[in-house]
Amino acid sequence: MDLSTLTIHEAHERLKNRDFSAGELTQTLLKRIEEVEPKVKAYIIVTSEKALKEAEQADMIIAAGKIAPLTGIPLAIKDVLCTEGITTTCGSKILSNFVPVYDATVVRNLKRAGAITLGKANMDEFAMGSSTENSSFGHSHNPWDLSAIPGGSSGGSAAAVAADECIASLGTDTGGSIRQPASCCGVVGLKPTYGRVSRFGLIAFGSSLDQVGPLTKDVRDAALLMNVLAGYDPQDSTSVNKEVPDYTTFLKPDLKEITIGVAREYFIEGIDPEVEKAVREALNVLQSLGAKTVDIALPHTEYALPVYYLIAPAEASSNLARYDGVKYGFRTEKDENLTAMYKKTRSEGFGAEVKRRIMLGTYALSAGYYDAYYGKASQVRTLIRRDFEEAFKKCDVIVTPTTPTPAFKIGEKVDDPLQMYLSDIFTIPANLAGNPGISVPCGLTGNGLPIGLQVISGPFEEGKVLQTAFAYEQNTEWHVKKPKF
Amino acid sequence: MEYEAIIGLEVHAQLLTKSKIFCSCTTQFGASPNTNTCPVCLGMPGVLPVLNKKVVECAIKTGLALKCEVAPYSVFARKNYFYPDLPKGYQISQYEHPLAKNGYLDIELEGTVKRIGITRVHMEEDAGKLMHEIEGAVTGYSYVDFNRTGVPLLEIVSEPDIRSGEEASIYLQTLRSILRYLEVCDGNMEEGSLRCDANISVRPKGQKEFGTRAELKNMNSFKFVRMALDYEIERQIEVLEEGGTILQEARLFDSKQGITISMRGKEEAHDYRYFPDPDLVPIEPGKDWVEEIKAALPELPQQKKERFTRDYSLPEYDSRILSTSKALADYFEECVRLFPQPKAVSNWIMSELLRLLKKDNREIEECPVSPQQLAALFHVMDKGTISGKIAKQVFEEMYETGSSAEDIVRKKGLTQVSDGAEIETIIAKVLAANPDGVEKYRNGNTKVFGFFVGEVMKETKGKANPKIVNQILQEKLKT
Repeated sequence: MDLSTLTIHEAHERLKNRDFSAGELTQTLLKRIEEVEPKVKAYIIVTSEKALKEAEQADMIIAAGKIAPLTGIPLAIKDVLCTEGITTTCGSKILSNFVPVYDATVVRNLKRAGAITLGKANMDEFAMGSSTENSSFGHSHNPWDLSAIPGGSSGGSAAAVAADECIASLGTDTGGSIRQPASCCGVVGLKPTYGRVSRFGLIAFGSSLDQVGPLTKDVRDAALLMNVLAGYDPQDSTSVNKEVPDYTTFLKPDLKEITIGVAREYFIEGIDPEVEKAVREALNVLQSLGAKTVDIALPHTEYALPVYYLIAPAEASSNLARYDGVKYGFRTEKDENLTAMYKKTRSEGFGAEVKRRIMLGTYALSAGYYDAYYGKASQVRTLIRRDFEEAFKKCDVIVTPTTPTPAFKIGEKVDDPLQMYLSDIFTIPANLAGNPGISVPCGLTGNGLPIGLQVISGPFEEGKVLQTAFAYEQNTEWHVKKPKF
Repeated sequence: MEYEAIIGLEVHAQLLTKSKIFCSCTTQFGASPNTNTCPVCLGMPGVLPVLNKKVVECAIKTGLALKCEVAPYSVFARKNYFYPDLPKGYQISQYEHPLAKNGYLDIELEGTVKRIGITRVHMEEDAGKLMHEIEGAVTGYSYVDFNRTGVPLLEIVSEPDIRSGEEASIYLQTLRSILRYLEVCDGNMEEGSLRCDANISVRPKGQKEFGTRAELKNMNSFKFVRMALDYEIERQIEVLEEGGTILQEARLFDSKQGITISMRGKEEAHDYRYFPDPDLVPIEPGKDWVEEIKAALPELPQQKKERFTRDYSLPEYDSRILSTSKALADYFEECVRLFPQPKAVSNWIMSELLRLLKKDNREIEECPVSPQQLAALFHVMDKGTISGKIAKQVFEEMYETGSSAEDIVRKKGLTQVSDGAEIETIIAKVLAANPDGVEKYRNGNTKVFGFFVGEVMKETKGKANPKIVNQILQEKLKT
């Protein structure tokens, strides 16, 4: 058996039984990376030596009989998360030489839990994109079809899991950047409630939307990672001081207590028929497991995309101001005076999509436009949040397709940003409202591309999301299917 | 035509918290460049601000002392602009929802009281410092010191209620005094812990609409504030009289020339694109906390002045001077506790003590004579051991050396001569040496009495008890 295909809980059992060591597991994965990376390009950097050292430590802990669920588990970390002593580029030339002196809180938590870092996963520059084509370090490929995008912005994290280049990975999700690539690559991806997981050390894109979450091979693994990721962090004022449950306790095989909301706003024109069919079939499966379904309305859904494309770029335009060539990162050589240094550093250091969003956000916040754009968008955001609040009075979870279409071809939408933005139409509302959402595999298209099922719940109800996804997964086979490439 | 000036002040006060506003770095002044920094105040990727509660407490204190409403809901906003001393490319400040607003400050103008409205008090972070010339460093570069980045500031904005440079200066002095009483700011204008900008316009008297305003910067003393504003008022009137128009612009005060200079070209019109900072949650100081802070507010200068006038029967003038700083007021009260003659103590502090401090440009906190030492001097004087005149000498020596009054009196043999027999002998000697004078006095020219006193004092090197000298001299001259 190939160790690289193991899930966290499978690997854990066998590490515990001393079937193999963390060192062996890590070596297997490094070998796998060496083999498939030329095709997939999931990583920006692979930290083999560090990983092997961490594996040695993990083996000592295991030898001492102190194994924890993540001890010795090799993971990939999206390159938007700061890792002490390891280059953290955010997929951008402007940070190509940036080595943080601190770990992101989530990275620190994983280290404490004994996990091993294999490397930093590729991503769209500053997490802006839905295809990982916006990386300054080349695009990643979808293991199910190497000519297709893996989704984005956590495309590297999703592709690495799908291609067995890690046991699991971390991604971040601002408008769907965990769930959409999970859907494209046929893996599980969870975006937690805003405030559930610390953002400290997560390089900000849209601060009021960003969340860190797991990308895994099954739902149990997502729960296991959430047990370590979730929690209050005094270094993040927006993290919420609320008790973290043991998420594995929600992994029950039936859904007798669950009412599922189905919103017509998520089955719109333009949705791929294969995707709609797969999701409808998934709803049947969920009903057969005891779940009740109820029609709900989320009337402001159509505004989610425009609202998102005002708020996220507005925040980004300010968040990315610090990359000015003064303190760290890339700096132009043509720095004859201050203004030229600023202009040229940022012109040369940022890619097209990042510049587009900085301009969009700057405009939305400008004097005379603020009220009409950012101000109005903030108000509509409240309406979208209220839609969910109303809906969750009638149901426990809402089930939708994760994306309107399966993964598209590399290069297909790079010149059409609006088409690209539509990839996130079903994932964005949960970010605007702050709710958790998961994507689980629910089918394959005729062309053999994965389809994702999204489950959304009310804030801090990750348990219900995991329960629904788990029950579905346990009664279907999609999550065990592997790409052949 | 007669004009009137419309002035509003924007004061920035550096708060005396131990750590910075959004990280735990120390706020200590004077460390070598970039040593009081961390990833948070350096604006490294991925870091997040965490609000220092002490800053909010200082801001609430100040808001309450300035009779403001403390907002139950207040928000930090980002002020976006590029400058190398601003590591994040934005300053965390407050915009739409400041912590406190709608207050006032009463200032005293030649016996009358004028109320100046306070528009708002808000919290923000300071920027770093650019250094263009550093000894030993490669030339042609500018350097940035981020030690000051993230030091907490309060911005206190007044209503346009001020009408002259003099009023502005008094407003600023009164405000400074309150900030120091609250122990939220040390008020040092030269070091920049208290900074003042002004918005100023003029209009024909009687006109309701405001004229176009200029913004004045770089006025780092009370005197410069007065000078800059008075100059600017004259300048604007002159421009209008000549049929010109006032430009809405920033102007810099040049203290060497005593004039204001347009900053045009140096600072373009900014659109700061303020928006709520998504990294910080709204501040909602509970009523209980605000009440708690209110209850713990110290006695403020105005209240103290009134109490001094009432309880110590001091003239208002004395009370006002003594209450300008809390340290001075405390000094006075400690002296009075040890030597309960308030007016005598007040006189001494205002004439002798403040004169010496002013000469050395020292604050009362740096006074080498403690209240205990000064009270001891009063007691020595009161017992008649030394005269008031000698006491002044002794005090100067105490101030120079830090020695006690008793030690100085003993070492220098300054003890007053009060022995009648000894004084009588000296007087006899003086009278014998000046028979003409004695003759004059006895013929009714009493003016020479002073001359004899002077001679006696000369003989005793000023140590003779003047009361006894007077008494014996009068007796001797009669007979």
